[in-house]
Formats: sequence, structure tokens, C-alpha cells
Amino acid sequence: MKNLVTLIAGLMFGTGLILSGMANPAKVQNFLDLFGTWDPSLAFVMGGAIAVTMPGFWLVTRRAKPFFNDVFHLPTRTDFDKRLVSGAAIFGLGWGLGGFCPGPAVTAVPLAAQGTIVFVVTMLIGMVAAKYFVLWRDRRAWDLAGKTSQL
Amino acid sequence: METEFTPILSLLGGGLIGASAVLLMATHGRIAGISGIISRILPPRSAGQSLSQGLVFVIGLLLSAPIWVLVYGQSPVQTVSDNLPLLGAAGILVGFGSVLGNGCTSGHGVCGISRLSGRSIVATVTFMSSAFIAVLLLRHVIGA
Repeated sequence: MKNLVTLIAGLMFGTGLILSGMANPAKVQNFLDLFGTWDPSLAFVMGGAIAVTMPGFWLVTRRAKPFFNDVFHLPTRTDFDKRLVSGAAIFGLGWGLGGFCPGPAVTAVPLAAQGTIVFVVTMLIGMVAAKYFVLWRDRRAWDLAGKTSQL
Repeated sequence: METEFTPILSLLGGGLIGASAVLLMATHGRIAGISGIISRILPPRSAGQSLSQGLVFVIGLLLSAPIWVLVYGQSPVQTVSDNLPLLGAAGILVGFGSVLGNGCTSGHGVCGISRLSGRSIVATVTFMSSAFIAVLLLRHVIGA
């Protein structure tokens, strides 16, 4: 049951990406090309998604707990750090250059365009690299904090 | 290259994406952030982290296009650049940046904004701005 719901959620998400045009990098880049062949469609994707998610989240999180879990796993951080802003800036650069973000790229894999395959493989490498980078940075910060407290 | 303005289809597709996010929240209590779902499957992984739900969701994503083709009898409209070094560089940036910034278009852009998260609003404004600049440079300065 749990797996079936998750599979359906993945299917709905992927079909939504295809239907909306997000799985077409040319359309994404045209949304970002204000001074060229501008296509405002993507604003409608975001609008349509938020119009459902905003009231939907409010409604379902009023329950004591989710159906298959004991608690809602909601992000609790509210601080702005360098990591958030630099990560978002790097992500946006790649999104603009390639016209793909993670969801649409994975959804487009079975359509087997060469560029999509190259993008997804390098994206996975970038993710693994970032995970190791974050671990290394956190460990170094921890070591430094340890040394300072010994002084 | 021009693409057709599709307000109705885009709105409906967006609604479906939103409905999927609400379904995940109602059942698993989790944010539908695709970069997070994918990166949690990849190494290095922390002990005790369950793999299965992320994998099942990704399988759902991967089945979407084949089912679309079965139902409509044709591939979805798609134009992917054949500039492979450019797409390779873009992939590295998207992968690295989304993990570093804890989210992408879905986690920050859709779910985060819907929760009025300050961090997600800052992240979305930042990646939208850098994406505009990337396309501006690519199409109007370099002229690719």
C-alpha cells in the first residue's frame, strides 16, 4: 500500500512535469529568456502547483500525523547561511544553461535524448560530490571547534 | 527557438505536481523535493536511512514518459540541446548546487513557497536570478 501510493505520487509528478512542458528544456530556457523568445508558461506551472500545495499542505498537516508515519518531517531551520544562497546560485546557473532541473531530467531519461543522459549522469556525480563536500566541511568545522575549546 | 505558450496545460500540469506533493505530505509527511529524494539514494548515506520510498518515487518518475507514449501514441514535445559539454557542465552545477542549497525547483520553489518558508523564498529568488543571468549570457552574450 505504502509503495503503491509512493509510486502513484511519482507518476503524478512525472506526468505533471510532461503535461506542463517542464520536461522540455527549450521551454524552460524560453521562460528564462525575457529579452528573446519569452514563453511565460512556466509561471503557470508554478502558480498551478502552489495553488494546490498551499491549501493542501495546510489541510493535511492539521491531522495529528501522516497516514504512514508517526510525524511530519518538516524543515525547521529559519536562518539564512552562505551554503543556502551559494547552493541556490550554483543550481540556478546550471538550470539556465541546461534547461533541466532534477525532476524533469529524470522524467525525460526514457525519451533517451543524448543530452538528457549526459545531464543526468553528471548531475548524479555533482550530487555525490556535494554530499562529500558538505561532510568534509562539517567535519572540519567540528575539528576546529574542538581545538578552540581545548585552548 | 520559440515554444508555444501553453497556459492551460501548464496550469493543469502544475496542479498535478502540487497534488503529488500534497499526497506525499498526507501519507509520508515528507516534502516532495526531487533533489533531496534523488540525493538521499546516493552515497555517502547515513546509517539507518531507508532507501525504498525514494527509489519507488523515482521509478514512478521514470514510468511517466513511457505511459504517456502508450496513452497518446506519441512522444512529448521536447528539444534537448546537442551541445553535450554544455549539458555536462549544467548537470554538475545542478547536482552540486541543489544538494549544497538543500533543494531545487520542487523543494524550495513549490513546497517551500507554499509553506511560506523564508529560506525557500530566498533560495527561489536566488536560483531564478542566476538562471535568468545564465540564459542571458548563453543566448545574448555568447550567442549559443
